[in-house]
Amino acid sequence: MAIFPIPLDRWGFIFMLFLAFIVVPLFASEYLVTNIIIPFYCFALSAFGLNVLAGYAGQVSLGHAAFMAVGSYASFILYGRYGIPLIPSILGAGVIAAIVGTFFGLPSLRIKGFYLAISTLASQFLIEWIIVHWQWVSGGVFGTIEAPDMFIFGGAIDTYIKKYYLVLCMVILLMTFGKNLVRGQLGRNWMAIRDVDYAAEIIGVNLYRDKLIAFSVSTFYAGVAGSLITLCYVGVANIEEFNVMVSFALVGMIIIGGLGTILGSFLGAGFFVMLPIAINQGLGTFMEVVKPDILSNIEAIIFGGLIVFFLIVEPYGMARLWHTIKEKMRLWPFPY
Amino acid sequence: MAFFFEVFVSGLMVGIMYSLVALGFSLIFKASNVFNMAQGAMSLFASLALYGFLEQFFHFPFWLAFLCTVGVMTIIAYVIVFVILKPLVARPPLMLFMATFGVMYLLEGFGQSIYGTQAKGLEIGIPDNVYEVVGILISSFDLFFAGIAAALVGGLAWFFQKTRNGRALRAVSDDHEAALSVGIPLLKAWYLTWVIAGVVATVAGVAWGTRIGVQFSLSLIALKALPILIIGGIDSIPGVIIAGLIVGAGENLGEVFIGPYVGGGIQTFFPYLMALVVLYFRPYGLFGKEIVERV
Repeated sequence: MAIFPIPLDRWGFIFMLFLAFIVVPLFASEYLVTNIIIPFYCFALSAFGLNVLAGYAGQVSLGHAAFMAVGSYASFILYGRYGIPLIPSILGAGVIAAIVGTFFGLPSLRIKGFYLAISTLASQFLIEWIIVHWQWVSGGVFGTIEAPDMFIFGGAIDTYIKKYYLVLCMVILLMTFGKNLVRGQLGRNWMAIRDVDYAAEIIGVNLYRDKLIAFSVSTFYAGVAGSLITLCYVGVANIEEFNVMVSFALVGMIIIGGLGTILGSFLGAGFFVMLPIAINQGLGTFMEVVKPDILSNIEAIIFGGLIVFFLIVEPYGMARLWHTIKEKMRLWPFPY
Repeated sequence: MAFFFEVFVSGLMVGIMYSLVALGFSLIFKASNVFNMAQGAMSLFASLALYGFLEQFFHFPFWLAFLCTVGVMTIIAYVIVFVILKPLVARPPLMLFMATFGVMYLLEGFGQSIYGTQAKGLEIGIPDNVYEVVGILISSFDLFFAGIAAALVGGLAWFFQKTRNGRALRAVSDDHEAALSVGIPLLKAWYLTWVIAGVVATVAGVAWGTRIGVQFSLSLIALKALPILIIGGIDSIPGVIIAGLIVGAGENLGEVFIGPYVGGGIQTFFPYLMALVVLYFRPYGLFGKEIVERV
């Protein structure tokens, strides 16, 4: 209960859980669940990972999609090739991504800002290349492997509803863990590093340790998100699914959603996943067939426009709007 | 050995083209401390606009189309500086950096919705003959753009050293507040910088557009320019040119002589590896000022 100090939040959260666990599986169509809601959860997880790094600890990464790729291939190898049970192999994929991510986080000990952003871009290209060229990892041609059938304790995860519950449980589990992480000592250390790093060092924050932990936690989430995307959404591990544009889109997501908030990760990811569909629906009323190139262009315009809009008008993103309402509710009914 | 030199020289030529893109980054970073992720998108937009003036919508002669494109880039620079960056002046540099992400998406989206997404060939009448100089084959096309790049760098050097506006920009890049206190209007200086960067982006767009066609991947060439900035030092124009040559030659030599042993295709990340090595030993680049804050 300490996570939600005010009743509005608490009831809102319970309502959302009710929606997610009961209403969505009962009423949503297969298309809606597999093409919108599952990727929404996965991207929210990944956006939260980037948020830990960029929003809380202040270290921008432009190579986050590469760690999703690591997680995706790692879960395939662990589960499909070595037969490790499903849940441990998804978490194990996260751990492997975290190890790789910590390695690529090492430059953050010496450099920061744009220089760090560029060195994380290096990780994007390097990892992409390694996955495509290392036969043992990529297995098939062009770095594509088919997803194996999934079982948990002998029960097959074959329908979209079961996949949905698998993703939902992972997301709730990991987000609860994440929420507690960022509101504890570690999260406060990260925020201190983000705000003024040398001041943080003076008051006794271990910069090196905490930055590397931020990298490992962040890439752990990316890895789990990547493995869930391939196992439950796409069905094949494909390197094209995790190219540099996805890395950029993740940065856009956390700006629009809100830097340094958990709600923001959900809002940003939701926005990113819904946007093409919303445009398609919106334009569909005017023309019969919406061409994919027009769609992607309008998407880029709206996405870019909103990034700029939120940076100028509300630098803490959509989540801030919710926060403002909450502040009012905390004092309700007496605003002063 | 002749083969080695041929690979080396063709790498140098590609390197010049990379430095054209990197130059725009460096200019904007010097003047406003903004790392402009939209530089590649600006090149893409410029080459699309040029194509529009030359063939798609109008049939202007090349010089007129080029001037019109520069005009378009001037308007874009105005919008970016006075609509997007002005409200963000006192914010942390990371915010400005992320705002240029938004600009990148906007330029890509608008450019491709106006001019279409299909790849277009840009033909501006530069002869593509191949000459043999002391046993090495060199294309006149590459030489032409090497010349253009040299002229551009010379012009910029003259502008920054000799003209009043250029000196104002150097003052701004040294210290924003000091420049403001002696009466240099910051936003005007930024505007001028973005216009210059727009012109550089236009030249880069023409160069790359004629070489690989006007298409979306022009926007991604900017990613090749980032390691150049690290290697050369982000605030040094000569450094950027030399680093461009190093990266061009390095990636070409690496691809030809190391590539076959590891499966090829190492061009995508080889420049970044070089940049990481430089970052480790000289975080401020080979020619940059030692202003990088150590963590």
